[in-house]
Amino acid sequence: MIPPSDFEGAMLKFVRTRAVASLISLVGLLVMVFFLSRLTGDPAALFLPVEASAEMKEQFRELHGLNDPLLVQFSRYVGDVVTGDFGESLRKARPALDVVLEAFTWTLWLAVITMTLVAGAAIVVGSLAAFRAGGFFDRLASVVSLIGASVPDFWIAIVAIVVFSVNLAWLPTSGTGSLLHWILPIAVLFIRPFGIIVQVVRGSMIGALSSAYVKTARAKGVRSGPIIFVHALRNAMLPVVTVLGDQAASLLNGAVIVETIFGFPGVGKLMIDSILQRDFNVVLAAILVTALAIFAMNLLIDLAYALLDPRIRH
Amino acid sequence: MADHLLEVRNLSVEFHTAVGVVKAVRNISYHLDRGETLAILGESGSGKSVSSSAIMNLIDMPPGRISSGEILLDGVDLLTMSAHERRRINGRRVAMIFQDPLSHLNPVYTVGWQIREALTTHGTDAAKAASEALRLLTRVGIPDPENALNKYPHEFSGGQRQRVMIAMALALRPDLLIADEPTTALDVTVQAEVLALLEELQQETGMAILIITHDLGVVAEVADRVVVMEKGVLVETGTVREVYKNPQHPYTKKLISAAPGKGDMHAPAARVEPVLSVHDVRKRYGSFEALKGISFDLMPGETMAVVGESGSGKSTLARILLRLDEPDSGRALWKGRDLFTMSPAELYKLRRDLQMVFQDPTQSLNPRMTVYQLISEAWVIHPDILPRAKWRERVAELLVQVGLGPEHMGRYPHQFSGGQRQRIAIARALALEPQLIICDEAVSALDVSVQAQVIALLDALRKEMGIAFIFIAHDLPVVRDFADHVMVMQKGDVVELGTVRDVFETPRQDYTRALLAAGLDPDPDVQAAHRAARLRRAS
Repeated sequence: MIPPSDFEGAMLKFVRTRAVASLISLVGLLVMVFFLSRLTGDPAALFLPVEASAEMKEQFRELHGLNDPLLVQFSRYVGDVVTGDFGESLRKARPALDVVLEAFTWTLWLAVITMTLVAGAAIVVGSLAAFRAGGFFDRLASVVSLIGASVPDFWIAIVAIVVFSVNLAWLPTSGTGSLLHWILPIAVLFIRPFGIIVQVVRGSMIGALSSAYVKTARAKGVRSGPIIFVHALRNAMLPVVTVLGDQAASLLNGAVIVETIFGFPGVGKLMIDSILQRDFNVVLAAILVTALAIFAMNLLIDLAYALLDPRIRH
Repeated sequence: MADHLLEVRNLSVEFHTAVGVVKAVRNISYHLDRGETLAILGESGSGKSVSSSAIMNLIDMPPGRISSGEILLDGVDLLTMSAHERRRINGRRVAMIFQDPLSHLNPVYTVGWQIREALTTHGTDAAKAASEALRLLTRVGIPDPENALNKYPHEFSGGQRQRVMIAMALALRPDLLIADEPTTALDVTVQAEVLALLEELQQETGMAILIITHDLGVVAEVADRVVVMEKGVLVETGTVREVYKNPQHPYTKKLISAAPGKGDMHAPAARVEPVLSVHDVRKRYGSFEALKGISFDLMPGETMAVVGESGSGKSTLARILLRLDEPDSGRALWKGRDLFTMSPAELYKLRRDLQMVFQDPTQSLNPRMTVYQLISEAWVIHPDILPRAKWRERVAELLVQVGLGPEHMGRYPHQFSGGQRQRIAIARALALEPQLIICDEAVSALDVSVQAQVIALLDALRKEMGIAFIFIAHDLPVVRDFADHVMVMQKGDVVELGTVRDVFETPRQDYTRALLAAGLDPDPDVQAAHRAARLRRAS
């Protein structure tokens, strides 16, 4: 006999192993970022404007300890990162981390709201499509989701601005300030993940609905609603959670195009601006912050797996 | 005739598939009274499960279609009811249990939740459902029922899962329980316990049982009457004894004569130099001792049957002998050389001599290769056996040898029946001219009549070609017909090892006796005697 299920103990152990695995990846990323900025060329050339003189570069190297042995540089870099010191933003004259966190908060909200809407809508639409696979609603959902998954977002964004902001003048074109400013970015970001996830939900639900345990539920006299949303859905959620995570990660990375078009001050736009302006401290901070966010999200996905499926806990 | 609990009249069900209309069931009629047990006996493809799915409204329409007939429950036709009314009957008046309880229980909810749902769906309040769930689990004999309520299906053994299914099905005391191959996936001793439980519960509640099975032994053990089906047609019906003692239809006669365990037992030849000598093989997985020191000798052209229930270590032994898994200690001398110390290169040559036939030919044959490719692949790997020019001729020969024909060469596995696929798997094993074939439940998935043919084939190969067999099986009658020696395993240990006659006629160990006693005899009189003896022992 297997010992009785100790839910909390099993979960705790599960989370611990996953967290350790994430930590290892994070250390790997730290090392990579360090070498990217030190070994791909002369950091002084990277950080300073193109027209900087040789003396300025030497001064820069001296100031930032770039003439020290690599190992010394690395340990100093790790120390800085651990204490949250990414240096100053060259353009904004503020700590780079503050600049990044401010932008990241915007992106985080954008991603959380969008993905919540996507998950809710796609699960309902995909489940209903799967329940009557081949029926009218299923075919309609397939066409809509295919369009959603394939149309490029810059095009939707531009068309949306033309229609809703310019012609109808219902919504502002860009910037932030009111709730109305959120509608277009969210609507545009919604479309692609919605299209993809409807299809994943549908496929996974068709499998679950034809499973033996659904047959049992029907033999028990369970109504269609609970059969779809209680019996089948929870079993069908594992692949859905994976893809949801993927899509959320790409939003957290910064929805570069959409943020740029709508002038939304998120981390994607910040990264593009900082690269163009050679504000390298900000770029490095942004990479690490988004990476941390994605690690955190992977942990959440693993947790969701374990919550959904008791077999994973053991 | 409205006094029957269930009456199926002229039921026809067809399925509209890409290749045309399949008439799954044609004009079948049968009835069932309260407290009675009716068995529907048939092999795969006979349509034996279709009528019960129709009763439960579990046929997907389309592609299914009920083209004629009525299903009367207490005189009321189910087929003219609304979906809502049918749903109210499912679980409350008619309940169902299935062959594979693991896949038929929802893996992500606790068994307590699933039993409570059976009650609350039909209006029982939550508190009552909770106390009932506990009572039901206790009644079906789940140990520590209070904790068991909070466990998930994967935390139970196969027999316990079927008990959970039974608890769930009987939650609302249905008038009719449909049991679709309820014990097929279970060990014999567990099968006996589950069938006994069903009978007890039937006596308590007075319900009728409709049991669908391919196993004459199950029919003899539990059924009052039997309906025999072949290819969607009801060919014979009557009391179990009538049908067994005096079958009318040729198909029924064939089924009964194919039932294993009635022929002469082998008398093994004198023991000579063993071709394989296994000595003290041990294997652990973590703290679990899978093999606790297995030793035996196998003579050329001899069949050693390895029997035991799940978890006894019989499949682990097979994997280790084939070096698919490494033993912790022990020796296995193949013609005097230790299999376990051979280098990969030596082992590679040896693969010719040692072949394996698996349980499920559907999974062990690559679906994208033709029969010719499947069989000749062995010669691609071992090119010295046969020059390429002779491959076609040899494949044709092998196919004839296993009872197929050269015309089958260009076909794919899915174009064959289960029995034919297993023959292909055997032909593939024979292609390398092996001296030992390890069969891991090689006939378990086959229909009885096909099983008999495959066993006859293996036995002919043994005699003609002197191939030795290690025959892993849980089905004792089959073992009785085919084995020279029998090794009984329990929890990684050899409990008993002897000639087939010794083990079957004068078993020395209690465990062997229990295994043999739990086996079901197709003869209802013999089975009745077994049952009487069991009751005497129990009291």
